[in-house]
Parts: sequence; C-alpha cells; structure tokens
Amino acid sequence: MGKTITEKILGRASGRDVSPGDLIVSPIDACMAHDGTAPLAIRAFREMGAKKVWDPSRIALVIDHIAPSSSEGTSNLHVLMRQFATDHGIKLFDVGEGICHQIMPEKGYVLPGRVIVGADSHTCTYGAFGAFSTGIGSTELAAVMVSGKLWFRVPESIRCLVNGRMPVGVLPKDVILHILGLIGADGATYKTVEFSGDAVRGMSVSGRMTLCNMVVEMGAKNGIVEPDEKVREFLRGRTQAEGEYLKSDPDAEYSKVFEVSAEGLEPMVACPSSVDNVRPVREVEGIEVNQVFLGSCTNGRLEDLIEAAKILKGRKVKEGVRMLVIPASREVYLEAMKMGLLQILAEAGCSIYGPGCGPCPGGHLGVLGQGEVCVSTSNRNFVGRMGSKESQIYLVSPLTAAASAVTGELTDPRKFVEV
Amino acid sequence: MAIKGQVWKFGDSVSTDAIISGKYKFKTIDLDELAKHAMETLSPDFARLVKRGDIIVAGENFGCGSSREQAPLVLRQLGVGAIVAKSFARIFYRNSFNVGLPVVECRELPDRTNQGDILEVDLRKGSILNLTTGEAFRAKPVPEFLLQMLEDGGLVEQYKKYGEFRWSMSSR
Repeated sequence: MGKTITEKILGRASGRDVSPGDLIVSPIDACMAHDGTAPLAIRAFREMGAKKVWDPSRIALVIDHIAPSSSEGTSNLHVLMRQFATDHGIKLFDVGEGICHQIMPEKGYVLPGRVIVGADSHTCTYGAFGAFSTGIGSTELAAVMVSGKLWFRVPESIRCLVNGRMPVGVLPKDVILHILGLIGADGATYKTVEFSGDAVRGMSVSGRMTLCNMVVEMGAKNGIVEPDEKVREFLRGRTQAEGEYLKSDPDAEYSKVFEVSAEGLEPMVACPSSVDNVRPVREVEGIEVNQVFLGSCTNGRLEDLIEAAKILKGRKVKEGVRMLVIPASREVYLEAMKMGLLQILAEAGCSIYGPGCGPCPGGHLGVLGQGEVCVSTSNRNFVGRMGSKESQIYLVSPLTAAASAVTGELTDPRKFVEV
Repeated sequence: MAIKGQVWKFGDSVSTDAIISGKYKFKTIDLDELAKHAMETLSPDFARLVKRGDIIVAGENFGCGSSREQAPLVLRQLGVGAIVAKSFARIFYRNSFNVGLPVVECRELPDRTNQGDILEVDLRKGSILNLTTGEAFRAKPVPEFLLQMLEDGGLVEQYKKYGEFRWSMSSR
C-alpha cells in the first residue's frame, strides 16, 4: 500500500514502516517556544531536574506574542526567557524579529521532510515546506528540550484537492476559509490535511503557509503540501542543509477526499465567533468596522502587504477606522520598506508597528473594547480573543481587510480590483 | 483510579481562550492567580464555586484553539477531577495527560447528563457511572502509557520518578 508524505516522514524519522494509528517515538529536528509558552516550558524543564538541553542549535525561542512587553509581569517572563537562552546557548529571537512561524522558515530551522514541533498551535504552518510540524504543550516542549524526542500517533490523512484558476480578488485565505466551512472546526481532529491540485501548486510558498496555518482550526495535527522548486527557491541561502523532497504515493490512502474548484470561489469571511462560521463576504457586507488588522502568522507576509496595497494605494482608510499593519518579520518589514509598500500604507492612513503577533492573541496593540468590531487577517475569532467578550472578529483575506478599511464596513474587495 | 464529583456542564467548542484568556496568561505563570479567571466568559462563577473533584462535561472539540498549557493547568489548579467530553482538541488532550488532569472521551454521556449530576469515572476500567440517574457509560479506551502517566501525576512527575520518558515503552 502506498504512503502519504506525512507517513513517509514519520516512518523515516522513527525508523520503521508506519500506518495511521501507530504510536511512534520520533527524533525531533527542531523545536520552538514563544513568550506565551516558553516560561512554563522552562519551569517544567527545571522541575524535571534537567541541567542541559539536548541540542541548543535545534531550539529557537521567540518573543513575539507581547512584543514589546506591555506590563511588568510580561517583562519578567521575557527576562526569564532571555536568561534561559543565555544559560543554555539557545538562540533567542527578541522583540521586533517577528512571529515565530515566520522566523522558523526564514532562519533555516524548517526543511522539507523534517519533524518539527513548537509550543504553539500554529506550528502546523511549516507543512507548506513539506515538513511534518505540529503544535505541542509547554511540558512536552520541555521533554523535547531534555531528550530531543517525542511520541506521536501517526495520523490519517484528509486530501484537499484544489484545482482550477483562482478568480481575481480571491486569495489563499479565501480558499482555506472555504475549506474550513466545508470541513468544520473539528472535522480534521487528530488528522493530516494534505493540500494538492494545480491551484495549490500555483500558489507561492507564502500562500501555502496561509493554508497550512489554519488546519489547526479544523482540529488537524498537521497540514502538508508536496514540496517543490518554490520551496527550494525560498530556502536558498537560508540553510546549508538539504531537505527531503517527498511525494505521496498515487495509491496512498486517505480517510476523506475533498475537491474544491478554485474557479467558483469568492472572497470569504469567518463570522463571529467560530472559525467555521464561514460565508461569502457579499452576504454579510455592510457591517460597520472599528479596527482592521493586517498581519499575523496567517497573513502578515510580503505578498499580503502587496495585495492590501493594491487597494489602499491612492485611497484612504475611512475616518473613524483604525487600520493596524504588522509585518510578520523584520525581513518582511524591510522588503516592504524597500518596495515602498509601507509608504503607500502609511499614506493611506494605516498605522505600522514592529513585527510580532500584534492584537491577535488579545494582549496588546489593539485590544478591542465593548461592542467593537475588528476585521482581521488572523486565524481566530473566538469570543473575547482580542479583548472584550462583547467585541467581534471577522476573519478575512488581506484584500477584504483593505477594502473594508476604505469603506468602513465589511466589503467584498472585488469592487476595488480589476476583474 | 476512580474520580467522583459533581457535574459542570458546557457546550461544544470550548476554546482554550475561553478556559483562560490571553489577556491574563501572558502576564504571569502563577497558577493561583490565573485560575481566578478560568472559564470566566462562559461561567463567571465557575472559578469561585467549583469544588475539588468536580467534573466538567462538555460537547465536541473541548480545548480547541491555542496550545496554551495554562488551560488544563488552571482547571487542575481549581481541583477539577476529570473532564468528560464527546471529543477533545488534540493538543489540549495531550496537555491534560502531561499535567495529570484526567480527560475522558465519551460520545453518549454529555447529552444524557445534567448540571449538578454526580458522576463516578473509573479510568482503568473505562467506565463512567451517573450516580444521579443510574446510567452507565463506556469511555473511549486510552493508551496504557497515558494512563500510567496520569497515575504518576503527569509528565514532570513521571520523569522525576523514573529518570526517563516512559513513552518509548509504548512504541512497538
């Protein structure tokens, strides 16, 4: 019987032939924790009585969730992280370097075929590079820092075929929102979501990251895309190591297959307060908006800023609307600066902040008040996620975010882009 | 390993944001402090009124969203004896075993159990008894090495006890 990419990676890593349902122990190629999860991992590491990490070069610590710190309590947790990194010779990416999930691939920790874990649920993002990557808790991260290993249950795979040409005004975010609506918030629990089809092959690595980023919103363990030349191109100059460019066998088994025709897609929105409460934007147009957030590990990359700038160039953010732009990393920030995007966005009335998670996890930089509405390119719209439990979050693509900022209400971006 | 307690009932898709909001968890890892805010958007009195041994009963996808281990930790800190849900989000599920909080999957029980009922959960036997209604349920089986981890008090305690991670024992 054939194998999926995920089964091949976990099989090679654990040194045996694996099938869905098997429990395995796998060596870990790289791991990560951030300021929301590292402090507990450090505490668990110490409680275990461990003295040394297994391999400092395979561990990354990132300060991104509250960056820079907004309170003394947070600052103390950041101090704890910096001290731990210094003590153990671990690389720490400090305030302003960017979001962990952008930094991990940019800095060469992510390679195709590798097994990567992170103490953050969106660690599934690196499936865009053909890696097996998944989110874990802080105590398990401590165990990985001690031993370099972790147990997994080999997941069944769901195949998502996206074929056809994407219409103008439709972005990878709309594709994944559409799929979320189909599969549901628990439709892929414990499973792999493997994306394929010519629309996925046609997407940039950045677009594939958007797809894989949101598989955890369906409950999935990991998302994955067959790695190709685009991945090779992205990784060039970032790492000396060669990954393994694996493909799923034609006779690999899938527990379910979803087929999506890209031609029929339109701009989508996940309405409050569930990620799978997905509808076409045109059906809910007109909802008044207080804040627009362009950024996050889902949509804070260069191409997301380029898309938003297409609409915002020469236009203005509507008076009374706050539009926050937060590039996903310093590299993205610098590229956007060189391309003149930051100027276009600032002239339109956007506020541009240093790289990091921004308001997405609800701790700083745009916390919502009672009754406020935020249109956001991020990945979660749970009650109270960005602040007041009486605020509301609509999840959209960068184009829809930009269009909504201009009109001051949730807006289908196709009226601004040329068809 | 039997747990007996009173039921606190919740619905589907209780996220880790709902269990403990991001606005608190970035500021401290003091669990007593964080636990005061557990479930506050869903049940403002929960943290104050929940008693040691009480059992949470919920629907699908309990613990979805963020990987924050603070979520099972604050529930454990408040003395929650076990969580019975139709299904769990996978990171929350793993985290719960790692911090020594028993979680049990059972598809039938949540719809047939009410707030305030008394449950008795036996993890080893895989049985759950609703002492209020007299109805008995079967829990979805849990791998032996995870039960062992719970009995040892979680991953940290287990490592301290044996000086190694016992999950390698489970792998064929």
